[in-house]
Amino acid sequence: MNLHEYQSKELLKKNGVDVAEGIVANTVEEAVAAAKVMQERTKRNEVIVKAQIHAGGRGKGGGIKLAHNLDEVKEKAGAILGMQLITPQTSAAGKKVNKVFIQEDAYYDGPSKIKEFYISILLNRNTSKNIIMYSTEGGMEIELIAEKTPHLIFTEEVDPFLGLQDYQCRTIAFNLKVEGVAYGNMLKFLKGLYKTYIDIDAALVEINPVLNTTDDRILAVDAKVRLDDNALFRHPDLLAMRDLTEEDPTDVEAGNNKLNYVKLDGNVGCMVNGAGLAMATMDIIQLAGGEPANFLDVGGTANAERIEKAFQIILKDPNVKAILVNIFGGIVRCDRVAQGIVDAYKSIGNIPVPIIVRLQGTNAVEAKQLIEASGLKVHSAIQLQEAADLVTMLVK
Amino acid sequence: MSVLLNKDSRVLVQGFTGSEGTFHATQMIEYGTNVIGGVTPRKGGSRHLDRPVFDMVAEAVEKTKADTSIIFVPPAFAADSIMEAAAAGIKLIVCISEGIPVNDMILVKRYLSDKDCRLIGPNCPGIITPGEAKVGIMPAFIHQKGKIGVVSRSGTLTYEAVDQLTKTGLGQTTAIGIGGDPIIGTTMLDAIKLFMADPATEGIVMIGEIGGGMEAEAAYWIKEHGTKPVVGFIAGRTAPIGRTMGHAGAIIGGKADTADAKIEILTHCNIAVVDSPATIGEKMKSLL
Repeated sequence: MNLHEYQSKELLKKNGVDVAEGIVANTVEEAVAAAKVMQERTKRNEVIVKAQIHAGGRGKGGGIKLAHNLDEVKEKAGAILGMQLITPQTSAAGKKVNKVFIQEDAYYDGPSKIKEFYISILLNRNTSKNIIMYSTEGGMEIELIAEKTPHLIFTEEVDPFLGLQDYQCRTIAFNLKVEGVAYGNMLKFLKGLYKTYIDIDAALVEINPVLNTTDDRILAVDAKVRLDDNALFRHPDLLAMRDLTEEDPTDVEAGNNKLNYVKLDGNVGCMVNGAGLAMATMDIIQLAGGEPANFLDVGGTANAERIEKAFQIILKDPNVKAILVNIFGGIVRCDRVAQGIVDAYKSIGNIPVPIIVRLQGTNAVEAKQLIEASGLKVHSAIQLQEAADLVTMLVK
Repeated sequence: MSVLLNKDSRVLVQGFTGSEGTFHATQMIEYGTNVIGGVTPRKGGSRHLDRPVFDMVAEAVEKTKADTSIIFVPPAFAADSIMEAAAAGIKLIVCISEGIPVNDMILVKRYLSDKDCRLIGPNCPGIITPGEAKVGIMPAFIHQKGKIGVVSRSGTLTYEAVDQLTKTGLGQTTAIGIGGDPIIGTTMLDAIKLFMADPATEGIVMIGEIGGGMEAEAAYWIKEHGTKPVVGFIAGRTAPIGRTMGHAGAIIGGKADTADAKIEILTHCNIAVVDSPATIGEKMKSLL
């Protein structure tokens, strides 16, 4: 689950991380009111209007604008709210902006030189430990830093039993060449960042840029937080922050029915048990001359009701010209899946596209009998290759 | 011969009396696995499936000399169950539970680092040595005692490979589902090393997918030290970037996570990579 910038910053602040402050607004009026408050607080006229969507690269798409006065806030918030924001990380259609964050302009004049850093915390899968990844080259995408100046990316691995140690924070501060008052602020920033990451069971906390301001504050100008979905059961407060408008409605509906669904752009829908086999089935569809329309794992305990729901979800996609059901029965029994297919057929009335059903494993024979006795027009297969050949035949 | 599991393994079921535990323990017993009892806290002293139930793993180990355990405990409590098994001296811990928080697994992995035990999973189908013992949730009847070792990050895809190996007459020495999470106990390389050292195993099937560096790590080792033919398949050539494909660990972050990148490395390391999982059995047969 992803959080918005404004939500991420709230969580960071709670743990003592200094952030570029701001107020979230849903309308132009709220944006202007928020800007007034920010002007009073900072004693400066400039504020930044930032689109709140779950995607990076917002500035490139015109979703982040500097406003010099309240008139400009009105104009810029008006333009950004409701727009379809297209960034390098969104689909071609972009994402609708429902909220803006009215933020202080942290790049004000002062005695010290402004510096931007990159700092993130994430899991290193190769060592099964969390690492702090950081760089002097902030403000740029990490992928770009990795490509252009890989020697300027540093990592610090955290022992899970000890947590982040002081010497590690010092190492990071020295490598980032932070000096004077900013040095102490950086240590505090890092401690707070790690504490946030652990407390909320994050999968990623990425601050880019981290700003060394002209008065030597160390603050998070932007904040990206992704939570570990498996840990949400122990964080009802975080779950309440979920913004369903940011997610594909079909994905949400599938999730509510315990189906693992990812929409793709192809023409052959598929329904499979098990994530690995589901991916492999997508690959087989492509090898057979089609293109997969989706990833869909019905899980290990698929029953008739869930199969019906899965059909309905696949059929919502008008591009689907055929459906391949590929079940290898382990925990899930093939006859139960077959019954689900029969029931779904009857319940939906008329499924307008051809269906290939391949059932193998526990009770596969009973399943085949069940489908054959039902009189439904489905192409049945037992071997995977037969199913692939049927796909080729149908997409041609 | 086989790896990790055989007919003498003394198996304990954690989460024995729950519905999952009951269903699969029954199947394991029917297969001939030496299930010596189970653990469900506060149900100790009772009997289930004609076997003793204990409150604690340590007590069960003391009284039954169990050396293997399988965990069917809800994800919120599963990490704790793994550590309990390790603390009690269980040598092979198989965790079936799906959905354990990553930070819990980081702690588990650290805890196990200096313990004399091996974890398989979590989020996996388990391990089977055909004809001897099954400690998992795989459909037993597709397996056949034979000469191929199977290691896979996916459950149903393992069944697919096993089924083909049975139909081509090759059979399996042992099949290990290592699990689809980003943090797992036994890695692909760990399993490959075991199979390379097992005299009964004549060939190895390794099934990977998008995400992580486990397949590449195993492949580079095979190139240097491999002594047996290896057939590989990597699922997810058509998977989009940045989306979790069912398994928590199956996500393309960087270029090295893609199926194409892994296939290139495997091929470079002399592993026979098949395009379709439908041809795993045939390919292995052609190499022996």
